[in-house]
Amino acid sequence: MVVQALKDQGVDVIFGYPGGAVLPIYDEIFQQNEIRHVLVRHEQGAVHAAEGYARSTGKPGVALVTSGPGATNAVTGLTDALMDSIPIIVLTGQVPTFMIGSDAFQEADTVGITRPCTKHNWLVKETDKLAGVIHEAFHVAMSGRPGPVLIDIPKDVQFATGAYTEKAKRKSHYAPQVKGDIDSITELARAMEKAKRPVFYTGGGVINSGTAASQLLRELVEATGFPITSTLMGLGAYPASGDKWLGMLGMHGLYEANMAMHDCDLMINIGARFDDRITGRIDAFSPKSTKAHIDIDASSINKVIRVDIPILGDVAHVLEDLLKVWKSNGRKTNAEAVGKWWDQIKEWQAVDCLKFKQTGKVIKPQYALSRLEALTKDHDRYICTEVGQHQMWAAQYLNFEDPNRWMTSGGLGTMGYGHPASIGAQMAHPEALVINVAGEASWLMNMQELGTSMQYGLPVKQFILNNERLGMVRQWQELLHGERYSSSWSESLPDFVKLAEAFGAKGIQCHDPADLDDAIMEMLNHDGPVVFDCLVEKHENCYPMIPSGKAHNEMLMGDASTAGVIDAKGSVLV
Amino acid sequence: MPPLKIKKGASSHSAYNLRPTFSEVIERHTLAVVVENEPGVLARVIGLFAGRGYNIESLTVAEIDHEGHRSRITIVTTGTPQAIEQIKAQLGRIVSVYKVHDLTVEGASVERELALFKVAGKGDSRVEALRLADIFRANVVDSTLESFVFEITGTPEKIDAFAELMRPIGLVEMARTGVAALGRGVAELM
Ligand SMILES: Cc1ncc(C[n+]2csc(CCOP(=O)(O)OP(=O)(O)O)c2C)c(N)n1
Ligand SMILES: [Mg+2]
Repeated sequence: MVVQALKDQGVDVIFGYPGGAVLPIYDEIFQQNEIRHVLVRHEQGAVHAAEGYARSTGKPGVALVTSGPGATNAVTGLTDALMDSIPIIVLTGQVPTFMIGSDAFQEADTVGITRPCTKHNWLVKETDKLAGVIHEAFHVAMSGRPGPVLIDIPKDVQFATGAYTEKAKRKSHYAPQVKGDIDSITELARAMEKAKRPVFYTGGGVINSGTAASQLLRELVEATGFPITSTLMGLGAYPASGDKWLGMLGMHGLYEANMAMHDCDLMINIGARFDDRITGRIDAFSPKSTKAHIDIDASSINKVIRVDIPILGDVAHVLEDLLKVWKSNGRKTNAEAVGKWWDQIKEWQAVDCLKFKQTGKVIKPQYALSRLEALTKDHDRYICTEVGQHQMWAAQYLNFEDPNRWMTSGGLGTMGYGHPASIGAQMAHPEALVINVAGEASWLMNMQELGTSMQYGLPVKQFILNNERLGMVRQWQELLHGERYSSSWSESLPDFVKLAEAFGAKGIQCHDPADLDDAIMEMLNHDGPVVFDCLVEKHENCYPMIPSGKAHNEMLMGDASTAGVIDAKGSVLV
Repeated sequence: MPPLKIKKGASSHSAYNLRPTFSEVIERHTLAVVVENEPGVLARVIGLFAGRGYNIESLTVAEIDHEGHRSRITIVTTGTPQAIEQIKAQLGRIVSVYKVHDLTVEGASVERELALFKVAGKGDSRVEALRLADIFRANVVDSTLESFVFEITGTPEKIDAFAELMRPIGLVEMARTGVAALGRGVAELM
């Protein structure tokens, strides 16, 4: 029943880990060939892999885990997917219905534990309802603001036979509004005509809305000539090579992007949520602008920042209408003022905030990523990351031309995300180049998944920027805690080359900038999983940086003095 | 901050009227939330309030449509106008929620609560308790020689007032149902 419903939903791969409470489903999986099962090495990995699959395809990812510890191990992945609005379906086994509540072996209140970290969840107690719930689960995960859902299936329900509900017969009242209010859209178009210093501020919602949304966004930017920046989650919706591209904004965003946000007179937020990594100090956030916000989730609108033109709806639908209105109005912009605005922006761009100097015998992380970019940019490439400085440098120094090519844990900031996510992406795109840009500490959190890559012959490249530090933590301690580096040294690190070899994978180490290109090429030319241990400058800081509690125009730049930059109020922020 | 130009109800979701106010004034709102009567739905609603730090002054829930599996949750909450808008939007996001109505802004409504009061005493205080109950139109639903149980319905304020008066003359225990509320007139929510 479960397997049939998954097939009807077009599922071709499941990431999972078996256990007593899901054996009947595993038995079914064994007896068919349409759905592939990928045995991960930890349930957290299964969920992140499903996320990687989902984000790189735009289709929902599926994970299957057992009751009790299997379900609790899935919690981090579920929370991660909730924060980043990733559609995944997690199936958990449960003890038989007649034992629920008895503290049975491997019983956990899975729906209770996962209620706050799923978009919705179900405990299915009757086999007749199972198929209908599975179909509904896919619908809920994919519609509106996407997110993770979980179905808890007691073992007796898995064993029993019951009536199958066809996909089309699913009953659901859940149907979020996708069309935006046309009056508000017209109001936005009018504001765009008048704007002197406009900026598009786009987010993960554009990616989630599907490739059509990215296409429409490109048309809109082309039609208006307005500058565009994006959050970490939205990279790739507009191509980095586009001439209106300002780069990423936010805490570690580009100088020109943050300055444009601060000084603009019209901010058009498309599928972003005014996250605190973006806004910095709220009362100093873009003080002079009229703000429009397109979002499918009403709770994102006016949550943090008061907006003037709220538009509730799906990005693709709203952009389609906006473009129509824009074109029918004759595509007028305040060309002279916008031209001056671009002059100002070009001045900011001339600061070249990502500039770095590679000198000496030690590889700078920025240099490593610049070389990685140069040597891989023409590949059919998918990038995942872990969390830390390397993640921000990857966002800054790698360029994304298309949506669904960039997978990083934004909202939750989950160390250990990237490795399993890269496996999910590689499963979805067997021929593509999938690279996980990692920090040594993050990578150790889910390094066991190297076994998964080996087992399934997934040639994922683990590109570790090894600074022997919990670099991002160390950077904050340097700036905020008087350089008292409490527990931010990565001590007793393994020999990553030997570690790779122990799994049967290829290990490469590189410490000399002169050898870097050859080493990267060696990684690319190896048809199989590679762990690349790139030894980098240990105390490099990630800039630009808007310190917590500061405004966009109070950015720290690479060579700025950092003494006393964050005051007491800012230091309580994370 | 400059005044905003959004119309009331700028979005077509009735409950999500994105009001142009980020004021610090604390308002009290009564929300009627129509939900699918599935296991866990109450936990979802309460979990939302607990998890996001919203206030619940009163919460009642009961099935209102057996065939259609619908329940109605009446929540009285307090917060800034922005917080109230967030609460409504967050409630509206829950998959098992059909509709969120803010009775406080959707026109006039009536609110009632039922309470049971146990008042113990002898002599004069008994007489006084009965006299007050009469004024408040409370019914005696149980009586011993040394106690009464009164039943009273009314607005929460009326019940508060009754409790205030009963306390010095022997109020020993009370149970309140929380608020049930309906909009006035013929209009039907759902
Ligand atoms: C699971 C988890 N635990 C703790 C943190 C806090 N944290 C954020 S970045 C970081 C350091 C990451 O170190 P590394 O992976 O080596 O990356 P680097 O910053 O050195 O590039 C830590 C501990 C986190 N984000 N996730
Ligand atoms: Mg590190």
